[in-house]
Amino acid sequence: MSLNVTGLHVGYATAQVLHGVDFTIGENETVALLGRNGMGKTTLVRAICGLRPPTITAGGITFGGVDITKRSSHQISRLGIAIVPQGRRVFGSLTTLENLSVIPQRKEIAGERWTVERVFEFFPRLAERQSSMARSLSGGEQQMLAIGRALMTNPSLLIMDEPSEGLAPSVLDVIHDRIEGLRGTGLSTLIAEQNVDLALDMADRVIILDDSGTIPWSGRADELRTDAALLERYLSI
Amino acid sequence: MFEPVFLAQQVLNGLSFGALLFLLASGLTLVFGLMKIVNMAHGAFYLLGGYIGVVIAGLTGNLLLAVITAVIVVAATAFIVEVVLLRFVRGQELPEVLLTIGVSFVIADLCLAVFGGDPQNLPTTATIPGALMIGDLVYPWYRIFVIGVAVAIGLGLAFVQTRTRIGAVVRAGVDDREIISAMGVNIAWVFTGMFVVGAGLAALGGTIGSGMQSILPGVQNEVLLYALVVIIIGGLGSVTGAAVGSVLIGLIDAFAKAWIPELAYFTIFLPMALVLVLRPTGLFGRTA
Repeated sequence: MSLNVTGLHVGYATAQVLHGVDFTIGENETVALLGRNGMGKTTLVRAICGLRPPTITAGGITFGGVDITKRSSHQISRLGIAIVPQGRRVFGSLTTLENLSVIPQRKEIAGERWTVERVFEFFPRLAERQSSMARSLSGGEQQMLAIGRALMTNPSLLIMDEPSEGLAPSVLDVIHDRIEGLRGTGLSTLIAEQNVDLALDMADRVIILDDSGTIPWSGRADELRTDAALLERYLSI
Repeated sequence: MFEPVFLAQQVLNGLSFGALLFLLASGLTLVFGLMKIVNMAHGAFYLLGGYIGVVIAGLTGNLLLAVITAVIVVAATAFIVEVVLLRFVRGQELPEVLLTIGVSFVIADLCLAVFGGDPQNLPTTATIPGALMIGDLVYPWYRIFVIGVAVAIGLGLAFVQTRTRIGAVVRAGVDDREIISAMGVNIAWVFTGMFVVGAGLAALGGTIGSGMQSILPGVQNEVLLYALVVIIIGGLGSVTGAAVGSVLIGLIDAFAKAWIPELAYFTIFLPMALVLVLRPTGLFGRTA
């Protein structure tokens, strides 16, 4: 299912952040959402997932042809969009196993269903820590759990907000490898990321947010990687 | 003053009053833990449950029927309050609290109009007759029954919280209600369910409590005050804290009323003040 964002204006009570954002994510596509700090990446992610604040003041979002602009977050999840939130936000007072089993599963899905056992196969480290309280997990383990928890909803689109934040390089390699492993499973992925190298490694396509609250550039990841002027202008690299 | 029989009687008084407080405080703390609001109508749910229980017990002489009726009527009232009123001010703390105060006034005044202002108690035919007798100690079975009910409810809540999926959903909601909602859980209905369960527990407390102390106008404020002290000491949102706080306040209240009745209120607020100074999150509360 594809995501279509059209003329999206999003803001908070005190400030408008996005001023007309347009983009599409197709099936099986991995898209990186890049931009310097404070450009509105998390605001856009929250708006798509139905998390309020912020408020969508104009424009629209459709997913699989369904208008989700005014849907609540649980309805959007049930339509097949899952979030791996910034800062992981695992349920600290639940065990690893409970964090996964507490998630309601979509009934009608295409492809192989995600189960607790499949998540444990995908992240064997979580199987080893299944009885541990989530708050006692390391940052990397919590990130694996946040991804596993999102997969348990059996999404068609996985949105990850800053998945590399605060992780050691060795853990990043594992996360990177696992996200790569999701390719070809019918899952589309949107990765909002500060780590440009990681994002470009994982993504097919890139969209950039700048301080005008719009998308001044979008294109293929390998195209951006070789364009030093673009990297300098929008990402200060 | 320190005779063993007197001490045993005060311990049992404290435990039975603590049991009643637990039925009240557990619902209040569960609602706070998930919804982050202090439900000021909780005492009014106790009052309404008490009156309905007294009336049904008076008509039928059946305590179980009285409890079931009171719980159903109060739970239905709470359902309407949550869905028709509270849902529209969700997330706005001050309007939520003020609204529950308003609901409390309305319920209390309706109770006064319908049931009158005279103190009312469960008829003795509906309570458990007789007394436990061990040597010189004589203690009513009914009060021991109240302790048993509270223990059973406490164990039941612990089981649901730790061993069932709905319990895990509630705990996940307490941890991060935004994210559990983003994972596909309709948290608005979980809120409603928790509010109804909390009110049902208050109604249970009101009905069986009316066999120990009278139901009369104003009692809703008194029991709410005690319940607030209990959950502040135990820690907002913690059922374990509510259990420990209830026993603590029940025992302190019983002994203070026996030994220093003129300072009875002071003795329950003193531990609350100490806890607030030394451990502001309560004995079992978590930091934000």
